[in-house]
Amino acid sequence: MTNNSKIMDKENVGRALMRIAHEILEKNRGTENLCLVGIRTRGAVLAERINECIRQIEGSPLAIGILDITLYRDDLTLVSTQPVIHETSISFDITGKKIVLVDDVLFTGRTIRAALDALIDFGRPASIQLAVLIDRGHRELPIRADYVGKNIPTALDQNVKVILKETDSEEDQVIIKSRAL
Amino acid sequence: MSQWTKHDLLGLDDLTKEEIELVLETAKSFKEVSTRDVKKVPALRGKTIVLLFFEASTRTRTSFELAAKRLSADTINISPSTSAISKGESILDTGKNLEAMNVDAIIVRHSSSGVPKILSDNLKASIINAGDGCREHPTQALLDLFTIKEKLGRIEGLNVGIVGDILHSRVARSNIWGLKKMGANVTVCGPSTLMPRGIEECGVKVSHNLSEVIKTSDVLMVLRLQLERMQDKFLPSVREYAKIFGVNKEKLKHAKKDIVIMHPGPTNRGVELSAEVADGEYSVILDQVTNGIAVRMATLYLLLGTKEGN
Amino acid sequence: MSLLIKNAMIVNPDKAGKNSQDILIEKGLIKKIESSIKDSAAQTIDAKGFLVMPGLIDMHVHFREPGQEHKETIESGSKAAAKGGFTTVMCMPNTSPVIDNKSIVESIIKEAKRVGLVNVIPVGAITKGLKGEELTEMFELKASGCLALSDDGRCVTNSRLMRLAFEYAKMVDILLIQHCEDHCMTHQAVMNEGLNSTILGLRGWPAAAESIIVGRDIELAQYLGGRIHFAHISSARSVELIRQAKAQGLLVTAEACPHHFSLTDDELKSFNSNAKVNPPLRAKEDVKAIKEAIKEGIIDCIATDHAPHTREDKELGLDHAPCGMIGLETAVGLTISELAKSKMLSWSQMVERMSSAPAKILGLKLKGEIKEGFDADIVIIDPNKEWIVSENDFVSKSINSPFVGRRLNGKVETTICNGKVVYQA
Repeated sequence: MTNNSKIMDKENVGRALMRIAHEILEKNRGTENLCLVGIRTRGAVLAERINECIRQIEGSPLAIGILDITLYRDDLTLVSTQPVIHETSISFDITGKKIVLVDDVLFTGRTIRAALDALIDFGRPASIQLAVLIDRGHRELPIRADYVGKNIPTALDQNVKVILKETDSEEDQVIIKSRAL
Repeated sequence: MSQWTKHDLLGLDDLTKEEIELVLETAKSFKEVSTRDVKKVPALRGKTIVLLFFEASTRTRTSFELAAKRLSADTINISPSTSAISKGESILDTGKNLEAMNVDAIIVRHSSSGVPKILSDNLKASIINAGDGCREHPTQALLDLFTIKEKLGRIEGLNVGIVGDILHSRVARSNIWGLKKMGANVTVCGPSTLMPRGIEECGVKVSHNLSEVIKTSDVLMVLRLQLERMQDKFLPSVREYAKIFGVNKEKLKHAKKDIVIMHPGPTNRGVELSAEVADGEYSVILDQVTNGIAVRMATLYLLLGTKEGN
Repeated sequence: MSLLIKNAMIVNPDKAGKNSQDILIEKGLIKKIESSIKDSAAQTIDAKGFLVMPGLIDMHVHFREPGQEHKETIESGSKAAAKGGFTTVMCMPNTSPVIDNKSIVESIIKEAKRVGLVNVIPVGAITKGLKGEELTEMFELKASGCLALSDDGRCVTNSRLMRLAFEYAKMVDILLIQHCEDHCMTHQAVMNEGLNSTILGLRGWPAAAESIIVGRDIELAQYLGGRIHFAHISSARSVELIRQAKAQGLLVTAEACPHHFSLTDDELKSFNSNAKVNPPLRAKEDVKAIKEAIKEGIIDCIATDHAPHTREDKELGLDHAPCGMIGLETAVGLTISELAKSKMLSWSQMVERMSSAPAKILGLKLKGEIKEGFDADIVIIDPNKEWIVSENDFVSKSINSPFVGRRLNGKVETTICNGKVVYQA
C-alpha cells in the first residue's frame, strides 16, 4: 500500500517552468551562446517546455539536445535489470557554449554526475548550469541546482514522481508516494 | 521492450525474435557513440575481454576490439601462434586458464563448429561466438539485419536472396535463422555442389538461377567464394562460377530499383561481385562495416553491462 | 574344480526353457544339464530369477594393444568384456603395429591367455599395414590363430584389390570383414549427412558412402562366390541391399552396433564428441530399419565396435576428436532396453544375435549354445534390473560413452568363461 499526495498540479508545473525560463535568461543576460540539454526521459521533455517559454519571451528558441546517461551510470554493474539504451542527440558543437542541463528530480546527484561526464565527452562547454523541476534533497555528491522549480523536503523511502503529458499520457502533476503506515 | 537474459551469444538459432529486436534497437544508440569526437563511453570500465581467434580474421577481430574499447573494456588478443594451443593444449584447457585470470568475456573464433558451445558449457565467462566452423557467425547476421532495417525500414515481408557457397557459409546459416525469425522470405542461390543437404527443411527456397532470384529480391547477400573450394573440386572453374553466379551490372538490369546489395567481406572482386557493383549505388558494404561496430557494442553491453549479464 | 549353476532358466537360440534346470560344469565344458543335480564338491551359483544364456560373442572390439595401451589393454578390455557378459571377442587389427603378421597375432593370443578371462581372437588385416596396397599373408594369419580378416577403420576401397582379397580368402577359407566406407565421400566427415549436419555446419558422412561399398561387395560376392561379413551396418539402404543379397542366396552376413539402434544424429546437437563414431549415428528411419533388420535376421548379429579413446582426445572438439565409443559394458542393457523389453526380440533371438550367430559365422562349433559337451561359456543376466550408466562404473580404461546418465534395463550378474567365473556383479 502506498499513499500518494499531489504536491504540484498542471498550473504549478507551468508556472515553475516559466519562472525557470526567466531566471535562465536573467542570469545569462540573454540567449547568446546559450543552449539546453535535457536528460532522458523527462528532463528532455522539460527542456522542450522551457525552450518553448524562452521562445515566447525572446521570440526564438535555443539550440537543444537530448542526453542518455545510461552508459555513464556508476551503478550499471549493480543493477540487475538491463536499462534500455536510447540515443543521445546533440546536433551542435557544445564547445564554448553555456549549457543548461535539465532534469526532473534532483536527488542523490549521481545522475547529474553521469550527465556531466557524458557532456564533457562531447566537448568543452564554457559553463554547465543545472535546472530541475524538483529538488528533494539527500545529496550524496557535491552538486547543487542553479534553477529549481520547487524544493520538497522528503524522507529517503519516499518516491517523487513527475508525471508529464508527453511521457505518461496523463495531466501534468508531481506526486509523492509514501509507504502507508 | 523485452529483457535480455542470455549469458552467451552462440548463434541466432537460439535467440528469439524479441531478443534480436532488442540488439538492433540497442545498436541504434551505439551507432551515435561512434560518430562523436570522444568515441568512448564508460559502460564496461574494468571489464576484461579476451579475443581468442584460432582462425585469422582482421575485420571481425578489429571490429570487436573497437567495440570493446569504445565501451572502455580492456581487451587482450590471443591467436594460436602466440599461445599454447600450438603446443597441443586442448581448447577447454585454454578456456579454463583464461578463466583463472578472471576474464569477463571470451570472444572466440574457431574453424570447428561447436567450440563456443563447449566453452560456454564449461566456463563462467560470457562466450561470444565470432564464427565457428560452418555453423554460425551471429554478430555478422545481426549487423546485416541492422543494415537492412536501416536501409529499408523493415525486415518483415522482404525477399532476401543469399548467393554463393551456402554449404560452407556460417554467415548464410546465421542469416537464415535471423531473417526467418524476423519474417523475411529467404531464397538461397548457388551451385548445387555447394548447397547443403536438407536446407529446404530450414524454411528457405533453393534456386540455381541468379537472374530469377535478383528479379524478386529486395536484398541480395553475396557470399565470399573461398578459393580453396577450387582445390576441393566443388566447382569446375572460377570463370564459370563468376559467369553464372557472379553478381554484375548486367544481371542487375531487372532488379528492383532500391535493391540492397550486401557482402560480409572481404570481396573477391570479379568473382562473386563485379567491382562496379561492389562500389555502386546499391552496395551497402561499407555501411555493414560501420554498423558492425555498433552491433558488437550492443552485444557486449547486453551481455556484460549489468550484474546479471555478468 | 567343478561348477554347478542351480535353478537356471536356460535360453538357447532355438528355444527358451520353461522350467529351470541345473548345469554342471567340469574341465571347462558343460558336463550335464538336468532338472536337479547334486554335487556337494562343486562351487554353486544360484541363478534363480535370472536368465542363463550362452556366453556372448562380440565380433568387433578394439583393445588398442599394442600401441595405445593408455586407452585399453588386452587385460582391461577383457575385464570390460567379462563385465558385459562377453566370453569371446574379436579384436580388430588397427593397432600399432598393425595385426598383419604371425608374430603380432601370437603375442596377442599369448597375452590374452596370461590375462585368462575371456577368449580373445585376433582379426588380421586384409592388406599390409592397412595401407590398401598389398594383401597380407592370409595362410599364415589363419594358421597363427586369426578367424577373420579386416582392414577395419579403413575400407578396402580399391575394387581390384578387394577382388583379389575375395579370391585369396576363399582359397584360404577365412572370413573377410568389410568396413564399408567410400573414403572419397567421407573426407574429414564428422557426422551423418542430413538436416542436422546442415544446421550444425559439420561435414557430412552420407549413408550412400556405406551402401555403395555394400553394393559393390555384394557384386563381388556374386561374381566370385566368396563370403563377406559387413561390419557395423548403419543405414536403411545398406539393410535393403543385404536383404536382397540374402534372398539371392549369397554368402553375406552383417552386424550392427547397439549405438546404431539406440541413438540418432540428434546426439551431436550438443556437440558431444563421445557421440562421434564411424559410421556415424544416423537418422530416425535408419535406426528403425536397423531394429527391423535385427529382428528379421537380415542383420545376423550385434557387435559393439568397442572403441576406447582418452578424454583428452575426445576433448579436441568434434572436428578433431577421434571416432568411436566404448560399448562392451552397455551392450546387454541396450539390447534388452531397446529390443527385448518391447518384445521386438525374444530372449532366444537375443541369444541368436549375440552368441549363436557369431559362433556360426566364425565356425566356433562348441560355442553359441548351452548344451552338454559344449564350452562352458555362460552368462547369467538379470533381465529386470534397472541401472544408470555411470562413468565411475566402467572397468574399461576409457569412459567415452554417450550413454553415461542413461537408465537401462537388464544387467549381467555372472559371466563364466571356460568353466571359470570371470565376472560376478
